[in-house]
Amino acid sequence: MFETSELNVHNQRVQRLYRTLFLMMTLLLIIPVLLILGTLIVKGGSVISIDFLFTSPTDGMTAGGLFPALFGTVWLVAVALLISVPLGIAAAIYLSEYAGENWFTRIINLAIINLAGVPSIVHALFGVGAFVLFFKFGTSILAASLTLAIMTLPVVIVATRESLTAVPHAFREACWNMGATRWQTIRRVVLPNAVSGILTGVILEVSRTSGETAPIMFTGAVFFTPFLPQSVFDQTMAMSLHLFVVSTQVPGVPEDLPYGVALVLIAMVLIMNSVSIAFRMYLRGKKKW
Amino acid sequence: MPGQQLTKTDDLSAAFDRRNADWYIDKLVQVLVFIGGISAIIFVIAIFAFVTKEGFGFILDRFDLQEFFTSPYWYPSDEDAPEYGILALIAGTASVTGLAMLVAIPFSLGTAVFIAEFASGKTREGLKVLVELLAAIPSVVWGFIGLSIMNPIIIDVFDVPVGLNVLNAGIILGLMAAPIMTSIAEDALKAVPDRYREAAEAMGATRWQVIYKTVLPAAKNGLLGAVLLGVGRGFGETMAVLMATGHSVNIPGSVFDSVRALTATIAAELGETAVGSDHYQVLFTIGIFLFLITFVINLTADLIVRGIRKG
Repeated sequence: MFETSELNVHNQRVQRLYRTLFLMMTLLLIIPVLLILGTLIVKGGSVISIDFLFTSPTDGMTAGGLFPALFGTVWLVAVALLISVPLGIAAAIYLSEYAGENWFTRIINLAIINLAGVPSIVHALFGVGAFVLFFKFGTSILAASLTLAIMTLPVVIVATRESLTAVPHAFREACWNMGATRWQTIRRVVLPNAVSGILTGVILEVSRTSGETAPIMFTGAVFFTPFLPQSVFDQTMAMSLHLFVVSTQVPGVPEDLPYGVALVLIAMVLIMNSVSIAFRMYLRGKKKW
Repeated sequence: MPGQQLTKTDDLSAAFDRRNADWYIDKLVQVLVFIGGISAIIFVIAIFAFVTKEGFGFILDRFDLQEFFTSPYWYPSDEDAPEYGILALIAGTASVTGLAMLVAIPFSLGTAVFIAEFASGKTREGLKVLVELLAAIPSVVWGFIGLSIMNPIIIDVFDVPVGLNVLNAGIILGLMAAPIMTSIAEDALKAVPDRYREAAEAMGATRWQVIYKTVLPAAKNGLLGAVLLGVGRGFGETMAVLMATGHSVNIPGSVFDSVRALTATIAAELGETAVGSDHYQVLFTIGIFLFLITFVINLTADLIVRGIRKG
């Protein structure tokens, strides 16, 4: 009764053909990128050393390390997070706990999508017009970090909202029935259950923020400065801009030096993303509801 | 009678008034998170307002709609007769984005179909992680890859003098946009209910027939949304196209011509201009143009994707 008919054999062959076809497309997309990353690792690996990470550029940026850029990126990201994380979490709490399904919420969602979709160079123009000139922060870490914070705000909002809505509604109802206010419920029940998901989003945000170049070019990051920043009103070097500078703006840079900078930048970003992904998978495995 | 009833309720509500400290904290938090909620709207409006404010002087005094959009001559720093035509810049952006989509659309949709419909278990999880990691590579690194890895390859393979051109930037931008498009497209395929697939399989359809006749048509809008967001991303990309296009003002005749993109022009020239000068203001005017285009693309993508959710 269940003999393999000729049609079945034909179908299975076609099926295998399509599977192979789509596998090829996947591999054609992924393998070149992996080869490129491999090249970066091989060429950049020869440059990277403890000295490279912890000394300043010398000889008109054609030698030495990248410490000021690394240090500046830490500053920029830290200040940006101080702004975007509280704001993003507040926005996510509003959207997940208070907002109804109406036109107003739709407009907020649309604004979030747009904030993420506006070109990074337009964010840079905004940063110049608003923070550097209008609020008179000058080109400073503060202006650059504000620009970065606004640009990457959607990352925090989306990740936090997702982990808040994943907390079952019954948890909230149980808490309300005990006479708790909305905020008490959020603080004691919803947030503790969502905190690890929020953390995943924050790590992603760190990764996004540290790689951005265009938004900081005119708002606070400079090609070269011999001084490390002392306050948020100083200018600073940054990893992403440093890669642009050593690969396009400075004559006489040894061929391998920019590979080293690129490798450090990409390692920072990919390590943070991997941590975030691993954390998420661990949480999914642990989930009790 | 009705009057008496009202007084009674008032008494009651006074007796049961629980407005203690917690009640006020609750209201305060509600206001605070509401401010957070509307911050995204405020920022989008602020971006438009501030970019327009800086570029408005040019629109009022110097702006010539016809010259701006139809002249290929971009000589903003010419002292005697500066020219502000962005046609060549639009052509640069359009050619690079177009080629990027030619690369990215088939491969990202193909990868999404493979991940969502063919792969299973560890393969699927592994591929998803890989795609997510590829999407995280910063654009300045992609620009550097175009500059130092793609450039010599293109010179060798095609025997052309310069490897920084439409082809280089198109491939780079395509590789950049593909992972993002893949994950959005995969979400769209995952959103198709399993009962569609089960129904088709019950009718004796093979896996490919299920995908081609059932899943793809059902996910059509989501896939279109993924493509549109990819276009928006390509259009707004700055560092990668600044470094890989060759950055010369040109209406390209072939993929081996160097071009210059709208975004890259702002990035390269803003640092050299005096605040408030015509040149400075025209760069902000380009910014307004970019803002409006991406706004329309994102809005359209959102409307299309929401179309299926309702249906």
